[in-house]
Amino acid sequence: MPIFSPSQAVRESVVAPNRWDFIVLSAGVAVLFMMAWGSRQMFAPYDLGQPLPISLDPSNLPGYALRTTLRMIAAMLLSLLFTFTYATLAAKNRRAETVLIPLLDILQSVPILGFLSLSVMGFITLFPGSMMGPEMAAIFAIFTSQAWNMAFSFYHSLRMVPQDLHDAAAVFQLSAWQKFWKLEVPFAMPNLIWNCMMSVSGGWFFVVAAEAISVAGNHIMLPGIGSYIALAIQQQNLAAIGYAILTMFLVILLYGQLVFRPLVAWSDKFKFEMTGSQEVPSAWMLTLLQRTRLAPKLFALPALLWELLRKLFRRTSARRSALLKPAITPRAEHLLDRTWMLFAITAAIVAALLLARLILSEVSSQEIVRVFGLGLITVARVMVLIALATLVWVPIGVWIGTRPAWSQRAQPVVLFLSAFPANLLFPLVVLFIARYHLNAEIWLSPLMILGTQWYILFNVIAGAAAMPNDLREVSSNLGLTKVQAWRRLILPTIFPSYVTGGLTASGGAWNASVVSEVVSWGSTTLTATGIGAYIAQQTVNGDHARIALGIAVMSLYVILLNRLLWNRLYRFARERLSFD
Amino acid sequence: MINAPLPLMQVNHVSKAFAAGDKGSLTVLQDINLELKPGEIVAIVGKSGCGKSTLLRIMCGLTPPSSGETLYRGTPVQGPVPGVSLVFQSFALFPWLNVLQNVELGLEAQDVEAKERRRRALEVIDMIGLDGFESAYPKELSGGMRQRVGFARALVVNPDILLMDEAFSALDMPTSETLRNDLLDLWIERLIPTQAILMVSHNIEEALLMADRVIVFDNNPGRLKAEVPVALMHPRDRESLAFRHLVEQVYSIMTTPVVSAESAKGAAIGLAHSLPGASAAQMVGVLEQINQPANQGSLDLPDLALAMQLGVNELFPIVDALELLDFARISGRTINLTRHGKAFVEADILRRKEIFGEHLLKHVPLAEYIRRVLDERPAQRAPEKSFLHELEDHLHKTEAQRVLSMVIDWGRYAELFAYDYHSKMLSTENPGSETEPGFQ
Repeated sequence: MPIFSPSQAVRESVVAPNRWDFIVLSAGVAVLFMMAWGSRQMFAPYDLGQPLPISLDPSNLPGYALRTTLRMIAAMLLSLLFTFTYATLAAKNRRAETVLIPLLDILQSVPILGFLSLSVMGFITLFPGSMMGPEMAAIFAIFTSQAWNMAFSFYHSLRMVPQDLHDAAAVFQLSAWQKFWKLEVPFAMPNLIWNCMMSVSGGWFFVVAAEAISVAGNHIMLPGIGSYIALAIQQQNLAAIGYAILTMFLVILLYGQLVFRPLVAWSDKFKFEMTGSQEVPSAWMLTLLQRTRLAPKLFALPALLWELLRKLFRRTSARRSALLKPAITPRAEHLLDRTWMLFAITAAIVAALLLARLILSEVSSQEIVRVFGLGLITVARVMVLIALATLVWVPIGVWIGTRPAWSQRAQPVVLFLSAFPANLLFPLVVLFIARYHLNAEIWLSPLMILGTQWYILFNVIAGAAAMPNDLREVSSNLGLTKVQAWRRLILPTIFPSYVTGGLTASGGAWNASVVSEVVSWGSTTLTATGIGAYIAQQTVNGDHARIALGIAVMSLYVILLNRLLWNRLYRFARERLSFD
Repeated sequence: MINAPLPLMQVNHVSKAFAAGDKGSLTVLQDINLELKPGEIVAIVGKSGCGKSTLLRIMCGLTPPSSGETLYRGTPVQGPVPGVSLVFQSFALFPWLNVLQNVELGLEAQDVEAKERRRRALEVIDMIGLDGFESAYPKELSGGMRQRVGFARALVVNPDILLMDEAFSALDMPTSETLRNDLLDLWIERLIPTQAILMVSHNIEEALLMADRVIVFDNNPGRLKAEVPVALMHPRDRESLAFRHLVEQVYSIMTTPVVSAESAKGAAIGLAHSLPGASAAQMVGVLEQINQPANQGSLDLPDLALAMQLGVNELFPIVDALELLDFARISGRTINLTRHGKAFVEADILRRKEIFGEHLLKHVPLAEYIRRVLDERPAQRAPEKSFLHELEDHLHKTEAQRVLSMVIDWGRYAELFAYDYHSKMLSTENPGSETEPGFQ
């Protein structure tokens, strides 16, 4: 059935594809071909202990980069699936919400790289004799770095959908399915896309770390950039490290230009605002696509699919809205709530007891105390580094943010820097420390913040750029001195976004500690005392009880730090320093 | 026609109450009976808080009534029904859908084929005067054009009944005038299949310009007060004597209290009285208008509304507050300054605050109570929460919140007590001595 009117259809078929079409078409075919090739490798047979040939020949790098990227794509698809189900359930079902949201909060605080060894063993047993085992473990590691904040963002968006739009959907009798795709997903889209893209940026770090892992004496090296660099470290091949960095640089550049920016620019149309925004984010890739004659037809595909689905499910869709259906009595509802809470609390206690039994059966109480001590050392490291990064980046961020010409140029660069996996640079730092015989305890510390400091800078720039112009004019009109202006105007306005950046940076630093407190170059291994090093060493030993202990203690510290510091700052910023 | 037309919609003994505190509930609608017959436009007007929007939500199945029922063509309404459309005050358009897609939305939910959807949507878009804007997104449109999309979306499903919830009040005067006239033209020329329109409005003139009968609601709790039939031919002339007479009649009905012990004038109000939502500045403005030399301390409400550009939703809270504080008296549709009102409006700023404070203590038990509690406390401080809890025993949660912030606003103006936003504490302190929050 033609969707377009005949005249329109004729007109479009007569006009030949334009030059934009040729560019996009050939690029599209190439991408499809590459994806088919790369994903075929994922299903190859594999047995634990079987060596995976990795070669440092730079000609292999494009293939490795592709494999790494495919892992990212697979993880992103999984994360989206998780987001749409988990967050929707939490937002729509009050009882599910009471369990799912605190659980998400805890999951967010667990160091991802810590339980990599556990998940690898799990997935290898799940997919025996297949490459899928280790592949899924790596994908799962990336997934855990992305899914939680995407789910949180989607959950919050779902709860923010304006009541009048809910009412409109009800009056015009949209089914739950229609409402989800026509109202709720579009409403959540700008935040979701932004979180997706930031998650992917963060994910490069984890894919590099997760490709090459040692579990209980077995070295698993999945073909990819992470394994390439791991091998380069083993063989002390400095040139290979250079090639890997260059490849990653190109991959992230392409990702930023071809995926990140077009998607963010596209999601602007879903912004819930009734005034046309002054500056629409631009992306040449999106513009290119929009100029082709082919792409709009491709974009019409979802609409056709939608129409098809509608016809398929027409019979089964329950038209009657159950809105006014009499609910169960408040008393029964209350009783059900109580039972549910009791069940949830019991389950949590049982889980905690099982974990405690696993740990206590193998680990002495002195060691547990020692691990808590190690945790404190890492806490100190994280705090000092965040403080240092703040001192450095806040003034710079404000300087850039208050100059529109600079901030527009700086933002993409900072985003790029935050996406670049800092662990690629670790070997260079090890070389530096070894060469000048520096104290590893001190000089390994900056590695934790190498990749995540950019979140502070990025958010401070954004906060400073959003400073209302009239407030700036008033303060110069009143003749405020520099100190007064910082105290009364600049700090209060950037503070909320600084807190967001600081929270992200601190979370990233915790995760990074697992790979940055023990770093090696060939046979040289540098170790800094801390809980990250403890987890890393137990991973190599394959000691599950001690890994669990390390993860539990670290999660506890992360949660405490978030509750005692960041959440309070966040509340303070929201209640006292926001305009509404 | 020989037979009396069957009612399209019947509202039978509908009441609505919300839970308030632990003790009881707050009734917003009480025993409403209403009929919508084919071929008529009915308007509901009333002071804010009279539950007229709640009634609309009940009628289109968005909210269940606490008791009573709504019948649409004889069948009880148990959720949104295909024959009833709603036009929103806030437009409620989907910003990510363009005009055409927004209009098609209701048809999509009714499983209309894509081709048919497009045809019908384009037809309505042409009819409502939106052609040329099919591919525009709501944010590109002006308020008036957005509401046209709202109307097109409501009309494309060929509703029997069109409900309008303050559909014109977010628009400026000329825009709403044009849109109203366009809608009336479609209605009178029978270009739309809609058989009855029910509109809720806080603009009396707007209601009288459109409706065949105007139903006046009383508030606290919301109930039917009177019905005014409007027999004038369209187009109606708002300057005509007959029209002015109707306007004055509706104002008179709205200001005449239903005779009952609790709401009779002069009777003392309780602690948890739903204080009218009017700021001190608004009261001063209205008093100054009444006290102008030309008005001699007495003014007709319709003239006051016109002079100050106020809808009834804004006018009546101010008038009620002035009466409550004994600054003005209503008789019929006329508002007169009292002796105190005159003294107040003619005083300077500081003296005004003193008079306001005296009247607040004397006539608003809640203000007097708060001040007394604060004076009795050793530190002259008390948390806002404690007062809120007491109010919540008698009022709905949001209403308790509103009443308390109203009395705090008045108390601050009169300098009876101070309030700290961050600590949520009320005190008798001089606001200047409070510690400053934020960055030092």
